[in-house]
Amino acid sequence: MTEQIEGHDLEELNSHVRTCIAIFVALLALTMITVTVSYLDLPVPATISLALCIALLKGSMVVSFFMHLISEKKIIFWSLSLTVIFFIFLMTLPVITQEDIIKQTIEVRH
Amino acid sequence: MSAIEIPYVSSARPDTGLVNAKLGIWLFLASEVMLFGGLFSAYVLLRVGADVWPEGSTILNVPLATLNTVVLISSSITMVLAWASLVRLDFNKYRLYNYGTLLCGATFLVIKYIEYSAKFEHHLFPSESTFMAIYFTLTGLHGLHVIAGMLVLSYLCWPGSKMWKTEPIRFTGRVEVAGLFWHLVDLVWIFLFPVLYLM
Repeated sequence: MTEQIEGHDLEELNSHVRTCIAIFVALLALTMITVTVSYLDLPVPATISLALCIALLKGSMVVSFFMHLISEKKIIFWSLSLTVIFFIFLMTLPVITQEDIIKQTIEVRH
Repeated sequence: MSAIEIPYVSSARPDTGLVNAKLGIWLFLASEVMLFGGLFSAYVLLRVGADVWPEGSTILNVPLATLNTVVLISSSITMVLAWASLVRLDFNKYRLYNYGTLLCGATFLVIKYIEYSAKFEHHLFPSESTFMAIYFTLTGLHGLHVIAGMLVLSYLCWPGSKMWKTEPIRFTGRVEVAGLFWHLVDLVWIFLFPVLYLM
């Protein structure tokens, strides 16, 4: 029988490693797709949306499987959900700034 | 006098269900997300506020950056395999995969050096434009993270690996935690690559 470190199931570990190798291949394929899409003559908004969607997909694969967040304890989820909320706020800041444009004419009296 | 024993370095805390290092690294990674998040936010603000914004591919070297993406993704899988080897009690394989991760990290930095050198030769410094300023800030900070990750992995490959003989569970935990940091470095690059080079 093959030995393993205490507290780990060998079958589970083998399955995790197999999944990670599949994720690795998928990440390489998605990288090639991102680059190919950028060379197509698509409108800028479409290129940006596609590139970001693929990056989001790749990122979630890394976090879920390589960082095995998918099988982590609840306390980590709660800590990270706070981070996600603050991150979304950070990303909306530039949008809020764009809306904050002075539209009125200010009369200057001498 | 007996030495004070640090609790929960190998066994999980009853209230969190985690070893302290695991919770600690996730909180640290959360702070890292906010650090890069702030810079990404600055990038968006600078881009939407600019009258003209250059297409990254016209200034930067996309093939080299693509190669760097492949290199970092490969380093992530060798990191997973290194940790899995320790769980299987195969220290030699752990070391082999750790060398692989370190080699990928070094390759990434060499490619980055080539990229930076080409920019400097063409007098493209951070002061050249807002685009170049944010490019050097983001990739520079990311490069520093690669160096930091390599230092930790080198420690765990050589002097720090002595712990494997005395406390294998704790050592495996350390490698897992270092791996989580390394994957974050990969994760940040996954977003930097399209944002700077392809959009």
